[in-house]
Amino acid sequence: MDDFGDAIRAALNLLVSLDADLMEIVGLSLYVSLVAIFFACLIGLPLGAAIALFKFPGRKLFAVILNALMGLPPVVVGLIVYLLLSRSGPFGVFGLLYTPTAMIIAQVILVTPIIAALTRQVIEDLWLEYRDQLLSLGANTTTALPTLLWDGRFSLITAVLAGFGRASAEVGAVMIVGGNIDHVTRVMTTAIALEVSKGDLALALGLGIILLSLSVSVNGAVYAIKDAAQRRHA
Amino acid sequence: MTTSPPLLPLQLSDVVFEAGGKRLIKDLNCRFEAGPPSVIIGPNGAGKSLFLKLCHGMLAPMQGQVTWNDPDAVSARLNQAMVFQRPVMLRRSVSANIHYPLKLRKVGKAERVRRTEEALALAGLGRLRDHPARVLSFGEQQKLAVARAWALKPQVLFLDEPTASLDPAATHAVEELIRAIHAQGAKIIMTTHDLSQAKRIADEILFLFRGRLLERAPAAQFFEQPQNDLAQAFVKGELLWWKLGKANRKRRD
Ligand SMILES: Nc1ncnc2c1ncn2[C@@H]1O[C@H](COP(=O)(O)OP(=O)(O)O)[C@@H](O)[C@H]1O
Ligand SMILES: [Mg+2]
Repeated sequence: MDDFGDAIRAALNLLVSLDADLMEIVGLSLYVSLVAIFFACLIGLPLGAAIALFKFPGRKLFAVILNALMGLPPVVVGLIVYLLLSRSGPFGVFGLLYTPTAMIIAQVILVTPIIAALTRQVIEDLWLEYRDQLLSLGANTTTALPTLLWDGRFSLITAVLAGFGRASAEVGAVMIVGGNIDHVTRVMTTAIALEVSKGDLALALGLGIILLSLSVSVNGAVYAIKDAAQRRHA
Repeated sequence: MTTSPPLLPLQLSDVVFEAGGKRLIKDLNCRFEAGPPSVIIGPNGAGKSLFLKLCHGMLAPMQGQVTWNDPDAVSARLNQAMVFQRPVMLRRSVSANIHYPLKLRKVGKAERVRRTEEALALAGLGRLRDHPARVLSFGEQQKLAVARAWALKPQVLFLDEPTASLDPAATHAVEELIRAIHAQGAKIIMTTHDLSQAKRIADEILFLFRGRLLERAPAAQFFEQPQNDLAQAFVKGELLWWKLGKANRKRRD
């Protein structure tokens, strides 16, 4: 069996020829995941920080639920979003099912808990160190929130990367709400699943290698930037 | 800034603070008026830091009251500043660290920039203004912490051992900054375990020992002849274990 050799050759061929279909799939994958991460950050960072800073009844329970939601099964999320967006569902009128927007919505739901839960941990630790100093300088918990998010930026990057990892690797939810339609909603993970089911293991592995190297390079690049900035700030 | 009543006097009435099942501040009564610096001295673990944090509102007393003349908690907080024993620098530049609390006080942009520049110049940190604050040396960070307080133009400034483990040059620089803040009209309330520093700065001394205020006297008088025998031993550098033992036995009533 020479699947692996074939796969690498297939992957290299696709890459070197800048295969248009492949570029489209890669581009859509990045688009969906990056937009999803953007909105997940917009919700998850302040939400996690708020749970860390504000005392409200049920705060502990909320934190536990958030931690549990980190492990949400993608297919379940996909199913729920499907039900919400399908013609007969409450948001059916928008006709979002089987569009990249539907995939983004599903990924936001999957990734927000991860970012919020990790943010809560980071901000809670930082608050221990900063509390007296910030209150003394004239902050309150509300004004401290953006301060802590900014000062925790190096640790929070890890949270965002974890979210990105989950978004770009996930297949179940985008398959259900996107439908893996060629040229419309086909992303790398769903394309891999399809090629496997068709028996084209070489192409599937090739796509897998591309997905892997993309993920490694995104992580590597972000880590390098984070490291340099962090070293600057000690 | 809206006109609020003067922050001082500060009154502590029967203040008790407990932690870990221990009574760490015991029935403390004292009053601070506007005026020259008050310095709190006492051995390690006497409760000096706790005392300052109680005054500054970082800790709430279990019993008793800490009351400012200004009844409004928000303006009372914004008119005081504190330099902690270990100041926390934000992960930003030196100048942004001075800028930050001014922004919280809604000081106008031009005024913010002006005060930041002045504070940097005063602390001799001008050439480091764009450096990340956390990479500064310990002495530079301490100067920055005091400069940050200076820029706030507080009515009361608390300092917790601001020169502990600084070299003589940095100590001198920090003391100059403290004088500058006093010259602005701020009441200085600081702790130190450096007796020569207490002599240089203090107008009056408060001697704290095991959570109790044992003596309060004008500095000259205190260093001439402390009334309390423990204070006397402390000033002579003779606060030895047998003295503590004796004090304990005396106290067990
Ligand atoms: N949160 C706390 N829990 C228990 N003990 C504490 C706490 N904070 C301070 N202490 C104790 O209170 C005493 C006074 O502390 P502190 O005010 O820091 O002394 P110092 O005079 O050296 O500044 C010390 O014995 C210290 O161990
Ligand atoms: Mg102390």
